[in-house]
Amino acid sequence: MLLINCPYCGPRPEAEFANGGQAHIARPADPMSLTDDEWAAYLYMRDNTKGLHHERWRHANGCGRFFNASRDTTTDVIKRTYRMGERPEAEHQGAKP
Amino acid sequence: MTGTYRVRRGDVAESRNAVHFTFDGKSYQGLAGDTLASALIANGVHLVGRSFKYHRPRGFVSAGSEEPNALVGVGATQSRYTPNLLATQVEIYDGLVAESQNRWPSLETDAGFLNEYFSAFLPAGFYYKTFMWPRTAWKKLYEPVIRRMAGLGKAPAEPDADRYTQVFAHCDVLIVGAGPAGLAAALEASNSDATVILCDEQAEMGGSLLSDRSASIDGMQAADWARAALDELRKRPNVKLMSRTTAFGWYPHNFVGLNERVTDHLSNPATNQPRERLWQVRAKEVVLAAGAIERPLVFTDNDRPGIMLAGAARTYVNRYGVVPGKQVVVFTACDSAYRAALDLKAAGARIQVIVDLRKSVSGYWVDKARAEGIKVRSDSIVRGTSGWLRVKSAQISNAQGGDAETVACDLILMSGGFTPSVHLFSQSRGKLSYSEELRAYVPGESVERERSVGACKGLFALESVIESGAKGGRDAAAKAGFPPHGERSYAVSAQSVGADAFIGSVMTDHQAEKRAWVDFQNDVTAKDVRLATREGFRSIEHVKRYTTTGMATDQGKLSNMNALGVVSKQIDVAVPKVGLTTFRPPYTPTTFGSFAGQSRGDLFDPVRKTSIHAWAEAQGARFEDVGVWKRAWYFPQVGEDMHAAVARECKATRESVGIFDASTLGKIEIVGKDAAEFMNRMYTNAWTKLEPGRLRYGVMLREDGFIMDDGVVGRMATDRFHVTTTTGGAARVLSMMEDYLQTEWPDLEVWLTSTTEQWSVIALQGPNARKVLEPLVDGIDLSADAMPHMSVREGRICGVPTRLFRVSFTGELGFEVNVPAGYGRAVWEAIFAAGKPYGITPYGTETMHVLRAEKGYIIVGQETDGTVTPDDAGLGWAVGKAKRDFVGKRSLSRPALVREDRKQLVGLLTTDPKVVLEEGAQIVLDPTHPIPVPMIGHITSSYWSATLNRSIALALVRGGRSRMGEELSIPMPDGVIKAKVVDSILFDPKGERLNA
Ligand SMILES: [Zn+2]
Repeated sequence: MLLINCPYCGPRPEAEFANGGQAHIARPADPMSLTDDEWAAYLYMRDNTKGLHHERWRHANGCGRFFNASRDTTTDVIKRTYRMGERPEAEHQGAKP
Repeated sequence: MTGTYRVRRGDVAESRNAVHFTFDGKSYQGLAGDTLASALIANGVHLVGRSFKYHRPRGFVSAGSEEPNALVGVGATQSRYTPNLLATQVEIYDGLVAESQNRWPSLETDAGFLNEYFSAFLPAGFYYKTFMWPRTAWKKLYEPVIRRMAGLGKAPAEPDADRYTQVFAHCDVLIVGAGPAGLAAALEASNSDATVILCDEQAEMGGSLLSDRSASIDGMQAADWARAALDELRKRPNVKLMSRTTAFGWYPHNFVGLNERVTDHLSNPATNQPRERLWQVRAKEVVLAAGAIERPLVFTDNDRPGIMLAGAARTYVNRYGVVPGKQVVVFTACDSAYRAALDLKAAGARIQVIVDLRKSVSGYWVDKARAEGIKVRSDSIVRGTSGWLRVKSAQISNAQGGDAETVACDLILMSGGFTPSVHLFSQSRGKLSYSEELRAYVPGESVERERSVGACKGLFALESVIESGAKGGRDAAAKAGFPPHGERSYAVSAQSVGADAFIGSVMTDHQAEKRAWVDFQNDVTAKDVRLATREGFRSIEHVKRYTTTGMATDQGKLSNMNALGVVSKQIDVAVPKVGLTTFRPPYTPTTFGSFAGQSRGDLFDPVRKTSIHAWAEAQGARFEDVGVWKRAWYFPQVGEDMHAAVARECKATRESVGIFDASTLGKIEIVGKDAAEFMNRMYTNAWTKLEPGRLRYGVMLREDGFIMDDGVVGRMATDRFHVTTTTGGAARVLSMMEDYLQTEWPDLEVWLTSTTEQWSVIALQGPNARKVLEPLVDGIDLSADAMPHMSVREGRICGVPTRLFRVSFTGELGFEVNVPAGYGRAVWEAIFAAGKPYGITPYGTETMHVLRAEKGYIIVGQETDGTVTPDDAGLGWAVGKAKRDFVGKRSLSRPALVREDRKQLVGLLTTDPKVVLEEGAQIVLDPTHPIPVPMIGHITSSYWSATLNRSIALALVRGGRSRMGEELSIPMPDGVIKAKVVDSILFDPKGERLNA
């Protein structure tokens, strides 16, 4: 069970959290102006990273807040957790600014 | 008499209480502190099991948790019976009842040994080869026979009477293993402010020190030093000692599973004690001091009772005070077996000969053996043994072959060196590296915050074991943030046994490897492994699966390295290139009880009940599970079946008034300046113009355009919505709302609160609903003009504040009375009493389903399955097409979602009105079409409608709305059912009753 550092509550066991998929995929401001392909890419296309991956977590059975975590998918080491709206560190790979 | 093989334990003169137990129905006496294995050996019993495949007689190979043969069933009653325990770990107590397994009719005369004579037909992969054909024979013949013959223990016939608990724990330093390295680590780590947990799988802590009578530490005998160290640790408040506790699994981020056996060793455990505790430990730093496991040697007939690991014999003599044999042949590839031979000799056994694989032998232990008159043969092997139920002799020859000498014996000790226990390290994803010197894998680079010390790191000399343990303990405490207050020194006096080792088969004659066992528990021989490589299996992962070597409950603790050795030699590829099988938890078999903990019976899953539940129960309601909710399903009266009860409930509701507990509906209070804007974005509907006091049916999509949930929403004020969701979807909907609010639109001023548990919801439906309610309500005008369909008012009912909805899920005049949950039962009963003159009838979810289906109202999850759009479900009217955006809007115009031939919701009426279709049945156009028949849809809801006096159904059908009047076919096992496509609203299509 991972130990996840909620930016609001501190370290808590994984059982308190729900994974929310890849981070930094902003919902388009005007979806109707997008082509079908662009919209499909937003809906379905996700990275399958081997290595550092930025992903959303929700402290579902805690404070309820969403936040981001940078997790190495090969080791499960979580390098950093940070609040929504904050950017991942530059050294981290795979971020989509 | 406590057994003819009893000797003085170590150098300690002591008195141990007698303990009485039975094995296979026979009474024996052992001494306190014995394992079942040591007590049986004390009584001269070595035959304890039959092998898995060939039913060969088997005895104790080891003295610990690596034991492959001595599996026993323990327990006097079925409710306290545990199969497949290791006799080497079971502690005896007065009244213990144990039995052997996998034998019939008895251990001594087992019918299955016939397998032995058919062994030519049971080679590697025999399951795959032999039982392929004919297919029908598998179920009737092969499987039952294999199951009976190739058995482990029998599962108990009654539920487990014991209790199991689970505990979370945190510590700065967790030390796994309380041998010399673990003890040193604990002494050092706890000489700081760090909290330390030291666990060990055995009853007594001390590990190999307890079996060592030649070494001394700080001037004390090894075992005495261990006990003194434990006394010191026990006094430290920051240390927790846990014996009988196996660290069975490593999970990410230094999360280690420990299984503590609390009562298994007790004759009369206190009733408040659980049998086992599952400890889930989060440790800042971990010290692995798991030790090493001795390797057997692979030679012909190396599996007879009385052939055991040299170190195990040493443990039996020195620690338990039993000598496993009186005439001993030792077969070894390393010095440690000499040390064992000397200890057995000191206990009175005769050492016939030490047979050493190594070309030349020398050093302290060899010299000492020779000095004591023990014959040593170097460059030699044991190439065969005799004896059926117990070994009788060994055939000894030069390693290269030649004439064999037969030496009588009742015990053969073997040692191929030691394999470090890297299981937990490997589970932690640490990288292993192969040591040519040790012929074993040792820990390489760590991934988690842990370090290996002592024998599990490949260190075998006591001095370096203790030194590495001490260093590891200090390092762990410091890294956890608690630098130790000092260092202590350890005066170790011990003669090294070196690190020589051997893997693979010692046999040069391949034919003889037919009975040279690699894996005792799964009955795999060197020949089987060789055969697998000849048949093209080169990776050890494939050899393992094909031969099943290493796949028994011992997970190859004794066999994996020897199997690797055989493969490596056969295909002439270096061991690391052949690979290594993956180590997986649990380290040793762990009970289901431990994992289940308290989650059994009523506590297996939480149950949610409404405040009206007990009333329904008293009325004799039948309940159904909806998620974790218990919902009243129907209310049968005397003599009624479900069909009759539902027909009566439907009729009563349509003709007068029915009352229904809708409290399980999900409820979310959405409040804030931007609440309407938020609703606009989350739901397909338009909310801006909805006036306070009005209700609207809302549809929520996922971003991919498919229906996610629905529910009636009340606007309580300009900045406040009372949202209802489906019973099962409440948490999902709230979570999705939070997601958008927190991550996409944090600028919106909106607050979301789950109020599901706060409101009881009483639905009152039927033409007389208003008449029943009116006298109970204060401050609300219920008349049709003042309170039309789809409106909400606040006031009081029976003096209790209420949000009163005028809403209908039945097609009748209806109200849903929301009251604070604490008043739910009282208000329900008041309404029920007021309804008596009108024959008020309680109804359950089944009647609710029928009534809504008659009206063509969908149920999310029944009419929808995650691929249904609002238009498919006939809800196009609920989509605010003028809205610029809402979740899922863009998807609704994707090409696949606007195709004409999408499945659409329609009604279906069977040609024979008495026939009720089966939900889920497939719909076709032409049932005579050759298989596969193209399917054009399926039945989503189907009921007997008492109102319409016929069957009704809803279905999703390709292009369904353009098929009105068409006759479709539903092929069923006993014939094709014909049905006509009709509109989905089958009752009161104009809604006159609703608006009454
Ligand atoms: Zn939190």
